[in-house]
Amino acid sequence: MHALRGIDLEVAQGEFFALLGPNGAGKTTLINILAGLSRADRGRVEVMGHDVVRHYRPARRALGVVPQELVFDPFFTVREALRIQSGYFGLARNDDWIDELMHHLGLTDKADSNTRTLSGGMKRRVLVAQALVHKPPVIVLDEPTAGVDVALRQTLWTFVGKLNRDGHTIVLTTHYLEEAEALCSRVAMLKHGTIVALDSTRNLLNSAADKHLRLKLDPDELPVSLQPRLSAQEKGSFTLVIHDYAELEGIMATLREAGAAVREMELPQPDLEDVFLQIMDRH
Amino acid sequence: MAGFYALFSKELLRFWKVSFQTMAAPVLTALLYLLIFSHVLEEHVHVYPGVPYTAFLIPGLVMMSVLQNAFANSSSSLIQSKMTGNIVFVLLPPISYGEFFFAYMLAAAVRGLAVGLGVFLVTLPFVPLAVREPLWLVAFAVTGSCILGTLGMVAGIWAEKFDQLAAFQNFIIMPLTFLSGVFYSIHSLPAFWQAVSRFNPFFYMIDGFRYGFFGISDVAPSLSLAIVAACFLALSLATLFLLRSGYKLRF
Repeated sequence: MHALRGIDLEVAQGEFFALLGPNGAGKTTLINILAGLSRADRGRVEVMGHDVVRHYRPARRALGVVPQELVFDPFFTVREALRIQSGYFGLARNDDWIDELMHHLGLTDKADSNTRTLSGGMKRRVLVAQALVHKPPVIVLDEPTAGVDVALRQTLWTFVGKLNRDGHTIVLTTHYLEEAEALCSRVAMLKHGTIVALDSTRNLLNSAADKHLRLKLDPDELPVSLQPRLSAQEKGSFTLVIHDYAELEGIMATLREAGAAVREMELPQPDLEDVFLQIMDRH
Repeated sequence: MAGFYALFSKELLRFWKVSFQTMAAPVLTALLYLLIFSHVLEEHVHVYPGVPYTAFLIPGLVMMSVLQNAFANSSSSLIQSKMTGNIVFVLLPPISYGEFFFAYMLAAAVRGLAVGLGVFLVTLPFVPLAVREPLWLVAFAVTGSCILGTLGMVAGIWAEKFDQLAAFQNFIIMPLTFLSGVFYSIHSLPAFWQAVSRFNPFFYMIDGFRYGFFGISDVAPSLSLAIVAACFLALSLATLFLLRSGYKLRF
């Protein structure tokens, strides 16, 4: 049994990178190896040029990981947890940055509350803050928005976006593909422990095999010669499959000849979810 | 070193925050032992000439508290961190396995010694005890608490569930402490059990610690300390090896 096999991946400094894949694809295993929580049987992983096993100190200093599980230490308040975490990285006087982190993540009111008493969303914020106490150049977020409300999602992405603009490299895993599409410049898709797609978000979107055309017609009837293209039909709206936008002209001509007037026309853009499902189907 | 210092301080803060449970409770337990056993046995048991049973019992109770609380500290801290998952907070930073070892061991030793001191202070009104050999006393208390802090670390890392940890405690630690001469001198035992007791490292800890008070013991304190120190060294090396391999911590 191999959780991962033949992964060859390089994320450039300053990238906003998405690691996508179904549950059990190996995303968290890959992150755990990167963070030194798991050990790979073979191969090597570097963070900012530091081997994560042999030079674990600089490698871990360069890395901040927001774990997927909602973990917390019930003995401490938010501020204590952040001070302790700073201490582990050798930062004895880190209060200015801790205050700033709490401010950006909306935690200031909760600074002296025990982490045990916080709501799930607040605990998630504390985890983000803990991962950032040492200002790591590389930040890994493992499904940070799973089960999180809209307000936190916005706070989080605003803050992470700012960090990315300031030069931090961001690696994100998520099942919300619209997040990855909006934020990430490059995407790797994993399935069964191997990389099945690795490209810029734009190229992946353009690679979508099928494009769609949505029409509302008057009369509400699709000419027979266009029936083979029909992929969906609901409430007087027909969705047709096209392989190339050049085919549009032919379709328009067919409609004209059949005496069908176009009431509404839409060319829905393929989103990352479509591409993701196509790629997962193929492998 | 920064990682060690932060982890050590965090471990101290952890038990300090729940000191009612981690310090006051074991002191009360030891006091109850003292009240009951001295009430029942004071008239019947005389171990060393001129030493009343209550006076004999107190050093044993103090050392038992030191040992049990040192074990409890590192083992419960680690199993809780593993069960709740917050052990990642310690595994993600650049903390070496050596720093990890010394932080958990020494924090456990501090808890054990603090509880031991507490037990000693509350038992003072019962029998005023003179400390004849303070250096021996300190030497045994410190090595004993370090050994049990290390054992607690091993148990906390090994155990995957609370009942496994309870089994380690109830079937290994408790018998070894109770059968080590806390409540009696092994000279009162039949020859066979005397011989068996000599294979129990806890016996040397208690016996040597008691020597610190009375200047009398079943075994010469230098021999006891040598045995205890050898146990400590062997256990520490084994534990360091375990930590370096990432056993049950880094998969």
